[in-house]
Amino acid sequence: MSVTLSANEAATAPVEIQERRILGLTPEGWARILMPLLIGLLALGAWEWAVRANEVPSYILPGPIEIGRTLIRDWHTLQVSLWITLQITFAALSVAALLGLALAVLFAQSRVIEMSLFPYAVILQVTPIVAIAPLIIIWVDDVRIALLICAWIVAFFPILSNTTLGLNSADHNLQDMFRLYRASRWQVLMRLRLPTAMPFFLAGLKISGGLALIGAIVAEFVAGTGGRASGLAYRILEAGFNLQIPRMFAALVLISVTGIAIFLVMSLISHLALRHWHESAMKERK
Amino acid sequence: MDGSVMPAPVAVGQPVVTLSGVGKRYANGTLAVQGVELAIGQGDFVSLLGPSGCGKSTVLRMVAGLMAPTTGHIDMAAGGQTTGDIGFVFQEPTLMPWSNALKNVMLPLRLAGVNRGEAADRAADALASVGLAGFEKAYPRALSGGMKMRVSIARALVTRPRLLLMDEPFAALDEITRHRLNNDLLTLWQAERFTAIFVTHSVFESVYLSRRIVVMAARPGRVVEDIEVKAPYPRDEVFRTSADYAAHCREVSQALHNAMGE
Repeated sequence: MSVTLSANEAATAPVEIQERRILGLTPEGWARILMPLLIGLLALGAWEWAVRANEVPSYILPGPIEIGRTLIRDWHTLQVSLWITLQITFAALSVAALLGLALAVLFAQSRVIEMSLFPYAVILQVTPIVAIAPLIIIWVDDVRIALLICAWIVAFFPILSNTTLGLNSADHNLQDMFRLYRASRWQVLMRLRLPTAMPFFLAGLKISGGLALIGAIVAEFVAGTGGRASGLAYRILEAGFNLQIPRMFAALVLISVTGIAIFLVMSLISHLALRHWHESAMKERK
Repeated sequence: MDGSVMPAPVAVGQPVVTLSGVGKRYANGTLAVQGVELAIGQGDFVSLLGPSGCGKSTVLRMVAGLMAPTTGHIDMAAGGQTTGDIGFVFQEPTLMPWSNALKNVMLPLRLAGVNRGEAADRAADALASVGLAGFEKAYPRALSGGMKMRVSIARALVTRPRLLLMDEPFAALDEITRHRLNNDLLTLWQAERFTAIFVTHSVFESVYLSRRIVVMAARPGRVVEDIEVKAPYPRDEVFRTSADYAAHCREVSQALHNAMGE
């Protein structure tokens, strides 16, 4: 025995609206990409013109073309440094994500643990990293590990606090339903609380991605390690000492590009994970 | 609706749930329910009808075991304590937005340890029984309010419970959808032979659906009247416009009016 769905109810079923697309993107999608690009190019053009018209020496302010040329010429050195900064950033972000998630789950299991540990997480967060980086660099022999710890401290908190909030945000009726079916603690965690926390965790990850990069750069500045195996921050310091201002800008450009790339990657991960159900990843309707 | 359901008097069996002197006082001191005596027979369709604040939802939640009474006790017939013997439909569809319709309906079975394959088959059957065959892969967001409620009902029925508890399930739906779901609910009830307890504040809905209406009053929540609706099943749109229906509605309205006037 079964009932049949009435016509007017079924009419509200999802209908794919086919939009006009150019090379896989809607006209609005293209505008979203092209407009900021246009503004950027205009600004760069104005910069180049201002530098040339006023004959500003390159040790004060190099023009974009010269920066670009330096970027290509010094690519070999810069690329090594970029790779090192990237390694530290991603290692710190991974550790922050894993530990943040694990600790949030622990907090969610016990109110007492949360009450006793959360204040220390806050202390870790509010202490300026520049202030404690020298200490960490003294205490930890391996500079790479020291840098990793600094970047981790900065990146860790958004993931922890967001995920903790998410784990405690499960719908009340759904919680009742899990109780009705006598779900175990583990089942509630895996099937209800973690999925609920997912968008919160990903939002935290998006913030932490940028912070991990900043943490790594700041720590490198403090450490000031020389030699071949040093990151982009050291290249900036070094270029500053030698008055190689175009090179300084080139390193700066690489840092910005890296930051943007990290943000885009995190946004993509978030979109892929949430596109079926979460408002934030839904296409706007109408 | 197919015509295979023959008009027949509803046979109400032994009580599946018995409430004796049940009362509930909340932690803040509010007395939500007092002295409820109620025996609900096997296979019955009972509505708890009353104004908001009369404790009808509280009674339902206590029967479900989501809340313990502060006085009195609730007895379940043998088997009533096992998982999946009670289905619950909330006022909102209460679906997991991250899972599609099929996975939502599979949940009670998966929680009970049924393997994935069998759970999927049974969930697909349950979805088909509420008219949602073909919507297994749809996420709640893509479904209308009525369809979400159908998924919720399928989930409550997937364990083949003996007792189905519903807390104003159709209150948020438009009238046309509500009438359709009322009809479909009755069809399912007659086919599956579960016992239904239906909380509502609508006189018309309670008369249309129930064999028995328990009218409750507020402050403190208590049972004031117990009315039997003698009209035979299956009931359909003809019943909705009959003089019999109108008379029952008048009687129940009067009872509700008395309950609120006290």
